[in-house]
Amino acid sequence: MAKPEETTVWWNQAHNRALMFQVLLGLAVALFFFFIGRNALHNLEQRGITTGFAFLGQKAGFGISQSLIPYSEVGSTFGRTFVVGLLNTLLVSALGIVCATILGFTIGVARLSSNWLIAKLASIYIEIFRNLPLLLQIFFWYFAVLRTLPSPRNSMQLGDWAFFLNIRGVIIPRPIYEQGFGLVLAALIISFAAMVFLKLWANKQQEKTGQQFPVLLISLAILAVVPTVAYYAAGTPLHWELPELKGFNFQGGISILPELAALLIALTVYTASLIAEIVRSGILSVSHGQTEAARALGLRQGKILRLVIIPQAMRVIIPQMTSQYLNLVKNSSLATAIGYPDLVSVFAGTTLNQTGQAIEIIAMTMAVYLTFSLTISFFMNWYNARSMMKER
Amino acid sequence: MIIHTPHPDLPAPTTSVGAIGWLKRNLFSSPVNSLFTLAALYVLYQLVPPMFNWAFIDANWVGDSREACTNDGACWVFVRVRFTQFMFGFYPETEYWRAILAFCMLGSLIGYLLIEGLPKKGWVAGFTIIGYPVFAYALFYGGWFGLPVVETYKWGGLMLTLILSTVGMFFALPCGIILALGRRSSMPVARSLSVVYIELWRGVPLITVLFMSSVMLPLFIPENIRIDKLLRALIGISMFQTAYMAEVVRSGLQALPKGQTEAADAMGLSYWQSMYLIVLPQALKTVIPGIVNTFIELFKDTSLVMIIGLFDLLSIIQSSFTDSKWLGFSVEGYIFAGLVYWIFCFSLSQYSQHLERKLHTGHARM
Repeated sequence: MAKPEETTVWWNQAHNRALMFQVLLGLAVALFFFFIGRNALHNLEQRGITTGFAFLGQKAGFGISQSLIPYSEVGSTFGRTFVVGLLNTLLVSALGIVCATILGFTIGVARLSSNWLIAKLASIYIEIFRNLPLLLQIFFWYFAVLRTLPSPRNSMQLGDWAFFLNIRGVIIPRPIYEQGFGLVLAALIISFAAMVFLKLWANKQQEKTGQQFPVLLISLAILAVVPTVAYYAAGTPLHWELPELKGFNFQGGISILPELAALLIALTVYTASLIAEIVRSGILSVSHGQTEAARALGLRQGKILRLVIIPQAMRVIIPQMTSQYLNLVKNSSLATAIGYPDLVSVFAGTTLNQTGQAIEIIAMTMAVYLTFSLTISFFMNWYNARSMMKER
Repeated sequence: MIIHTPHPDLPAPTTSVGAIGWLKRNLFSSPVNSLFTLAALYVLYQLVPPMFNWAFIDANWVGDSREACTNDGACWVFVRVRFTQFMFGFYPETEYWRAILAFCMLGSLIGYLLIEGLPKKGWVAGFTIIGYPVFAYALFYGGWFGLPVVETYKWGGLMLTLILSTVGMFFALPCGIILALGRRSSMPVARSLSVVYIELWRGVPLITVLFMSSVMLPLFIPENIRIDKLLRALIGISMFQTAYMAEVVRSGLQALPKGQTEAADAMGLSYWQSMYLIVLPQALKTVIPGIVNTFIELFKDTSLVMIIGLFDLLSIIQSSFTDSKWLGFSVEGYIFAGLVYWIFCFSLSQYSQHLERKLHTGHARM
C-alpha cells in the first residue's frame, strides 16, 4: 500500500510543533536562570560577598539556647550551627508527631462516639483549632500562657514531686544511670523479644487448634516483671538528680525551654485537629457491610474494630497522615517567631544575618526540608503500592 | 359475627421517648458512657462559667483608656480603641473609605458571580479578573484624581491580610492550571519542569519561601530595580500557592474520564480548544471545594508575613502589646485575632462543604 501523502506543512505537524514548543520552553527557562544567575553574581560582587560554602568552617560566635550536641559560643563553627538547628527541628518534630497522633486518634474516635456530648465536644475542638492560624496558636501559648507564669522563685510545683513550672520553662529531674543499668536495658530488650515470640507462637497455635491464648495479659506481665527483677538484682542502678532553687534560678535537673513547650503544644493541638478529621473519614470510609459481616461472624465489638475496621481504615488514613506529618515538620519552622532555636531560626536567621550568604544558606535550608518530603513521599508510594486493595 | 377492634397501641414507655429517652440513648447508654458524660460535664462546669464571666459578665466594654478597665474580667476597651488600626494598619484615617470601597466592590462582584441566574456573568467575570485588580490597586495606592499616595508600608491589619490572600489566589489559580496541565502533558520537557516546580515548592515551608523572596530576590534582579517589601511577599506567596493550586487542579484533571479528551480529539478540537471547552470546565467544577480549602490555608498562612516585617492582622495585634499604655492585654488581643480568622475560615469551610454537597451530583460514587 502506498504511503498516504502528507498534506500538512512540516511546521504544522503535531510532533514537530511539540518539539519546537519544548525547545522554546527550555530556552526560556535557561535564559531566565542565566539572567538571575548573572544578576546574582554581579550583585554579590557589588556587596563584597564571596560565594561558596567556606563560611561553614568559620567560627560562629553566638550562643544557642538549646543544643542536643556539644556547642560552645566561642569554639563552634557555622557548620555546627546547622547541625544544632537541624537536630532541634528533628526533636520538636518527632515529639510533635507522637503527641499529635495520640491526641488526634483520641479525638477522631471521640468524634464518632455514640455519646452525644463527647462527640459534640470533639467536633467543637476540631472546628476551633483547625480554623485558627498556627502562628496565632503558637503566640497564644507562648506569650499569653507560658510567659505569664511566675518567676523561678515562685515556681509552681506539681504536688511534692520535683517538677517545677515557671517562666523559664519546665524543670524535671534528670535520670543518672549507674553501673549495672545495662542489665535493666538488656532485660527490657529480652522481654520485648519474648513478647514478639509469644505473639508468633500464639498465632500459629490459633491457626492449628483454634484456641486463643491471652497474649496481651501475659505480655504485660512479662514487661512488668522481668525488668523490675533485673532492676533490683542489679542493685537499683538509677538515681535522679533533683532540681534545686539556687539564687534566682534552678540548678540541676533537665529544663525544657518554654519556647519548645509552646511550639510543641501548638503543633500538637493544631495537627491533632487535622488528624482527627482524617481518622474520622478513614473509619467512615469502611462500609457498614463490613461491620455487619463481622458481627454476623460473631466477633465482639473490640475485635471488629481491631481486626476488620482499623486495617481497612488505615489504607485511607496512612497517606493523609504522612502528609500531615510532613506539614508538621514544615510548620515547626514557625519556631523562628518565638525564638526556639530550630533550623530556620538558627541557620536561616542568625547565621544568615552574620554571614550574608543568603543563597547558600537558603538553599541548604530548603534542601533539608526537600529531603524530608521526598524521602517521606518515596516511603509513602512504597506503602501505597503495598497496601493497595488487591482487586480482582 | 365477630368484630375485631384492634386495641389502640400502648404509648411507648416514658423512659424511651422524649427528653428522658434521648438522654438515655445518647448520654447514658452504658455505664462507661455515663462515666464519660459525667466527666465531660464536670470539665465543662470547671471551664465554661469562669470563662464566660471573664469574657462577658466581668468584662469592661466602655471607656477609652486603660483606667476604664477596673473590673476583673476582660478589657475589651483595648480592642475597641485599637480597632481601626487592627483593620487598616497605618493607613491614614481620612482614606479608610478607599479600602472599604475596594473590598465592598470585590464582595459585590463575587456575590454577583455566585448567585445563580443573573445575566451577563461573562462580562462581570472579565471585569473582576482584568479591570478590578487595576482599579483596586489604584484605589489603595492613590496618586490619581487628587487621591493622596499611600505608600505600601502603611498598609496593614486585616486589609493587608485580605490583600495578600486575594492577590495570592488571583495569581495562583491561572498559573496553577497551567502547571497542572504541564504536569499531565505528554511533552517531557514541559512535564519535568512542572514536576520540579511543584515538588520543590510543596516540599519547603512557607517561611523559607518568604525568607527567600525577601533576602534572595533582591540579588536576582538588576541592582537599579527596587522591589518593595509587600511585592516581595506577594511574589513569594504566589509562587508557593501556585504549586498547591496545581496539585488541586491536577486531582480534578485526573478524575475526569479519558473518554472526554478522546471525544474532544475526535471532534477535531485543538489542544487548547479541548482544554478550554471540554476538560477544564468539568475538572474545575469538581475541584471548587478543594480550591476553597487551599484559599483557607492561604488565608491562615498569610500570618507568616510578620516574620519578614509586614503588619498584617496578627502582626499588628502582636505589636500593639508592646505599647506601654496597654501592657498586659495580650489574651484579649489574641482572642480578637482568633475570632476574626475563625469567622473567615469557618464560614469559608462551611461554604466549601455546601458546594461539595451541591456538586456531588454526577460521577462520584455515593
